[in-house]
Amino acid sequence: MGRIAKIARRSFLVGSVAVAGGVAFGIYRYRSPYPNPLLDELEPGAAALTPYVRIDAGGITLITPRADMGQGADSVQAALIAEELDATLDQIHTDPGPPDRAYWNTALSEEAAAFTAPGDGLMNSAVHGTIDAVMKFLGMQITGGSTTVPDGFVKLRQAGASARETLKRAASEQTGIALDRLSTEAGAVLLPGGERIAYTDLAATAADLEVVQDVPLRDPSQWQILGKPMRRIDIVAKSTGTQDYGIDAAVPGMVHAAILLNPAQGGELRGHDASAALAMRGVSAVVPITGGLGIVADNTWRAFRAARAITADWGPSPFPAEMDAHWEALSDAFTEDRQDSRKRDDGDVEEVLSAAAPLSAEYRAPYLAHAPLEPVNALVRVDEEAAEVWTGTQIPRFVQQNVARIAGLDPDQVTVHALMIGGSFGHRLEDEVVKRATEIAAQMKGTPVKLTYSREEDMTHDFPRQIAMARMRGAVRDGRVEALDLSLAMPSVITSQMRRQGQSVPGPDSQIVAGAFDQPFGIPHHRVTGYRAAPLAPISSWRSVGASSNGFFYNAALDELIDAAGADPMAERLRLCNDPLARAVLEAVAEMSGWDGPAPAAGRGRGVALTQSFGVHCAEVVEITDTPNGIRLDSVWCAAEVGRVLDPVNFDNLVKGGVIFGLGHAMNCEITYADGRAEQDNFHSFEGMRLRQSPRIEVRGLENGDAIRGIGEPPVPPAAPALAGAIFAATGTRLREMPFSKAVSFL
Amino acid sequence: MQITVNGTTHEVDVEEDMPLLWVLRDELGITGVKYGCGIAQCGACTVHIDGEAARACQVLAADVWGPVTTIEGLGTPKALHAVQAAWIEHQVAQCGYCQSGQIMQAAALLAETPAPTDDDINDALSGNLCRCGTYPRIRAAVKTAATRLQEG
Repeated sequence: MGRIAKIARRSFLVGSVAVAGGVAFGIYRYRSPYPNPLLDELEPGAAALTPYVRIDAGGITLITPRADMGQGADSVQAALIAEELDATLDQIHTDPGPPDRAYWNTALSEEAAAFTAPGDGLMNSAVHGTIDAVMKFLGMQITGGSTTVPDGFVKLRQAGASARETLKRAASEQTGIALDRLSTEAGAVLLPGGERIAYTDLAATAADLEVVQDVPLRDPSQWQILGKPMRRIDIVAKSTGTQDYGIDAAVPGMVHAAILLNPAQGGELRGHDASAALAMRGVSAVVPITGGLGIVADNTWRAFRAARAITADWGPSPFPAEMDAHWEALSDAFTEDRQDSRKRDDGDVEEVLSAAAPLSAEYRAPYLAHAPLEPVNALVRVDEEAAEVWTGTQIPRFVQQNVARIAGLDPDQVTVHALMIGGSFGHRLEDEVVKRATEIAAQMKGTPVKLTYSREEDMTHDFPRQIAMARMRGAVRDGRVEALDLSLAMPSVITSQMRRQGQSVPGPDSQIVAGAFDQPFGIPHHRVTGYRAAPLAPISSWRSVGASSNGFFYNAALDELIDAAGADPMAERLRLCNDPLARAVLEAVAEMSGWDGPAPAAGRGRGVALTQSFGVHCAEVVEITDTPNGIRLDSVWCAAEVGRVLDPVNFDNLVKGGVIFGLGHAMNCEITYADGRAEQDNFHSFEGMRLRQSPRIEVRGLENGDAIRGIGEPPVPPAAPALAGAIFAATGTRLREMPFSKAVSFL
Repeated sequence: MQITVNGTTHEVDVEEDMPLLWVLRDELGITGVKYGCGIAQCGACTVHIDGEAARACQVLAADVWGPVTTIEGLGTPKALHAVQAAWIEHQVAQCGYCQSGQIMQAAALLAETPAPTDDDINDALSGNLCRCGTYPRIRAAVKTAATRLQEG
């Protein structure tokens, strides 16, 4: 009890452990910000050390528990440690570390609590505490929800600071020089005479010392690395073809595999003829797996080709075969018994809207594939007593458990190597590819099997972004927006996603209303209601999740009301805005875009949108020209409030990428089903944005808030509605359905 | 059949219709060249054949008409090509998966058009898809590389 009580008074307890030839520093456990009976019952020994930095003869190694799929997570995590450790970024290697429940993601579980009861208050604190504990026990070492930076901002710096002070103590012990005469710099302790002792030479001594606790963190004004442009630690490898991704993994004796899955996703395989495939060069086996077949060969292309030579009899999809039925299910969901949440209900919407004929409109957002450029892949070897997995994943703990279950092993017998990911956008929050690879590998024990999905299998068997529908009713008075009643319907993403991991999530799904119920606008009569549609095609988290569709619905509805009121989209948003952080973001894009300057020339148009998602207020202004050959995207101005920008270069790159991601999908992307099969299977029919269409983009990060936030997702939701607003301004065409290519053409 | 990659000649025993992409990746272990779509829609597999940019997923093994250069042969971390140096200077990459192809396409453009206009860059690089959306940095890096190459 003594140790637990001591821990409970601190946010963190930094610990150390001796490793071969050195020492590893880490965090024992995080004290929940809320009372948490489950955690308090933990045995003292159960508070495992979470190692973050290892110092040994091999140098300084940062263990980065969050996956890097291009967002620069490795670099920012290295910078957080290095800042307090007094090491330079080029001295630090990274290692994703083993999957461990100690790496639970506090920030994400706090977001996840929003799945059940968002808002403030005591009740909510209790819910937060519970979800937090549940997430820990589920072992959700998850990268998602733009949480890497919020989660690591204090933990990683604290680990670095304690490691630095402990290494100084080791130097004092080795040299007999008083502690206060020592300093640190660039991976070494500096002695008064100018002599340097490298951390690596102090590590063995440090391993025997009590770790120095409660080291005050440096004020940001003292930062040497954070807040300044830094070179990503992977930038040379990624510019020279020397970065290995999961798809490049190779081990001795490895065979290559492809899959042939029922094109109607989730449907059964009734029968097949693989004789032609088995006769092809290099093909060694065709084995049954869930929903189809695994084809094993000595080369990826030979496996792909053999898969195409198989004839199969497929069962129907377990969800509606045609799109009409999907839209009908959403349309039918706006009923009292399907009501999932009503988290905003200001004023008296019913009275205001019954007084006069309200304005009304309906909006739609399609299924969307994640389609990162690296198709999913996994290399798995199953032995009698162990299994080993090499793959890019955002959920290493689930991977470990799922491989163990399929291979008939204990999770402890499964080693997971988390490899660099060639883009994700939420795709690698799923692990179907690992499960399928394990099914194949379990049928050929001892042989490492590398399964690579073809682009076609990847896109047609993705779990796409949710399909969604919104209905707006509203009223205006005296040139102002008076009432907005927004009803949102979609199937539950979280339910669909967690069901595949054998988990059920009780209570309302706040993603159904995320990006809509919690927006910083004080509309006098304002209601946001979420309706949970019946499950349709299986869906998953897609960059910004619920806000990816709701950000469009909310801003598009607001724009229609503002137009009916005869007001200016920027001025009326500013007038309605009731949050100083959001106001600053809107004022920033107004200034950057010259919104109050001369009106755009004929044929040009500007639109504005603001969405708060993942705690970040993000506003965008899009300017377009309606040319004879189609809409041309000219410029985008984007401002976001993130508390603190840790790496201005990566911030700029991520925001621009998010804007392009949001615009590209709004322009021309959708996944549709016919006969239960996804109709888009490659980049000719699911295009996104191309370089020639890419606008000039200007980015500004604001640092007015106290909380530090991640920026991976928030630039996505406002992009589509700002584009729709610009197109309306230029052409008078009101866009209520994505993709916009259904109604207008783009250059 | 024989195939020359980055200055080394290899004897490979493959079907005539195996795409060069898979000869490089799975037979020769040259993995800087990436598989993204297999149908010439993404450009991740772009290599140079006889100095010309080509989609390795569309060139059959039997049809390779000259020496092949991949990203590994263009330059190395210790001896960067000007385009790679510009890519690093502008920190273009996010996930980085498309960048081998982007860089090979840009290098081919600059070999033929040392001072490309915006339209030249658009025309040359719009077949290379970047799902992370690094296009603004790609544009800037191509211009920097052009300047450096012209300065010699």
